[in-house]
Amino acid sequence: MAENDTVGDTGRRKFLIKVTAVAGGAGAAVACLPFISSMNPSADVLAKATTEFDLTGMNPGDMRTVAWQGKPVFILRRTPEQIAAMEASNGGLYPEPDQQRVKQPEWLVVVGVCTHMGCVPNKEGPGWTCHCHGSQYDDSGRVTRGPAPKNLEVPPYRFITADKIVIGEA
Amino acid sequence: MQNKLIKWIDHRFPLTNFVKHELTGYPTPRNLSYWWNFGFLAGFVLVLQVVTGIFLAMHYKPDATLSFDSIQHIMRDVNYGWLLRYMHATGASAFFLVIYIHMARTLYYGSYRAPRELMWWTGQGLLLMLMATAFMGYLLPWGQMSFWGATVITNLFRATPYIGDQVVVWLRGDYTVGDATLTRFFALHYLFPFLIIGGVVVHLVALHTVKSSNPSGIDLAARDNIPFHPYFTSKDFYGLGLFLIVYCSFVFFFPDSMIEPANNIPANPMQTPTHIVPEWYFLPFYAILRSVPNMVGGVAAMGLSVMMFAFMPFLDRSRIPGGASNRPIVRIGFYLFLLNMLVLGYVGATPPTDQIILVGQVATLFYFGSFLLIPFISIAEERWLIKRGLPPEVEALIASEARGKIKLPFRRRSGDIK
Ligand code: FES
Repeated sequence: MAENDTVGDTGRRKFLIKVTAVAGGAGAAVACLPFISSMNPSADVLAKATTEFDLTGMNPGDMRTVAWQGKPVFILRRTPEQIAAMEASNGGLYPEPDQQRVKQPEWLVVVGVCTHMGCVPNKEGPGWTCHCHGSQYDDSGRVTRGPAPKNLEVPPYRFITADKIVIGEA
Repeated sequence: MQNKLIKWIDHRFPLTNFVKHELTGYPTPRNLSYWWNFGFLAGFVLVLQVVTGIFLAMHYKPDATLSFDSIQHIMRDVNYGWLLRYMHATGASAFFLVIYIHMARTLYYGSYRAPRELMWWTGQGLLLMLMATAFMGYLLPWGQMSFWGATVITNLFRATPYIGDQVVVWLRGDYTVGDATLTRFFALHYLFPFLIIGGVVVHLVALHTVKSSNPSGIDLAARDNIPFHPYFTSKDFYGLGLFLIVYCSFVFFFPDSMIEPANNIPANPMQTPTHIVPEWYFLPFYAILRSVPNMVGGVAAMGLSVMMFAFMPFLDRSRIPGGASNRPIVRIGFYLFLLNMLVLGYVGATPPTDQIILVGQVATLFYFGSFLLIPFISIAEERWLIKRGLPPEVEALIASEARGKIKLPFRRRSGDIK
């Protein structure tokens, strides 16, 4: 009798095998999580998340590059002509009004990483040119020539005093 | 004494048997040309890369602040460090050269056809692993080209749907390529060669099951095989000698020809070099990436361009064996394809002006077009060749393949020989 119940009951055996396989598989998958997570940015990398920058000493037309999270951030003090030109246009391939991209029209703060493949564009004439594949951006950081798909990113930042900004928190 | 020892081992492990069946006595088609040397050469370069790599790792430091200097330390202070490094850097190029020739031979002679599809696909897997290994190794000197090459290539993963940005940060372990990226690339660069060795074992087990193809395309299994040793050991070693002459002239006389000058500047995350070029062996694929105006499309096209080769056993519908040696249209197509690869390589190495982009786009279309047209061309060509009359051995082989154990995935077509 006992034999029929246990050895002969193939339906029950199949069920147990399935349950074991699912539980084992789920366990193995969960065991992978710490390994995958260990490859994400570590706490000390996350701690570099904000950068402060002093704007004194920058004349209209000047540009500075500061490192934020290891990425270059362009800070451009725009001249009145640049501001007028940028406010008049709506950008190129990815239209966006200039007002939405600045906190104060005089100061443009954008991440200096080409939205195509991540090269650092160079300040050339009006705007920036990326030498990797030839993308161009205007003085509002908006893409005017591809292959870059988007405008230069505006990082979260705020003015702590009239001439000091902190990048990384809004 | 020696015999006694071997006997003792043979009782416990099939040593003599293995050597006899798989090495010295392994039956090999006697008509193999020198184009069949390149598999052996690839194995040799693999060993060379592993050995030089391990000795380099004894002096190298995978740390963003130390690695650039540790390369200089290897070049100047370590005994023969310059030799190890030049051998390793030149070896990477040699590896790709040898593998590309090995692949070109397979394409030319149609060696990917049944029953050798698994060899072709394991080979494709090995190519992908080789590319990953080379790419990660290139970051280790932490020069400008290293840094920006890794930046651009890890950025390609932004094309992943929905989670692209997170994937890139996860791969790098930082918001940009940084110390975390360097350290993990070093760990994986050390690991991958051993995975490749595992893949090579699979590749060889498959080879010893189906045996080597040969230039005639006719199955010689029974008739015209000779033992591997001494005939092909001597042929392989002669080829190795020629290879080493070329390799050593690069190592000793032009060691810097494979190293971009910009890579002698330490990595600077704030400044991109004006012109980024990948290593020569990635240029055609890089050109395809740049030819597609849309970013996601470009990444997909580049990935597909490497993987296209895997479809060859399905795309080639002809039942005529021997590849280009029996198929004139395939021969023309093969040379046009090589020429197109050179054009793509040139485009990949040149800064993108409007003209260059246009040339790249035409070449990209030709690249994919040549794969997609193969089914139609191969069927039409087969009809034409059969009408023109095939050599009797080839006819016999087609008939035996149609009948025999090796079922080819084609139906009979009108106008066939019975
Ligand atoms: S990275 Fe700037 S154009 Fe491609």
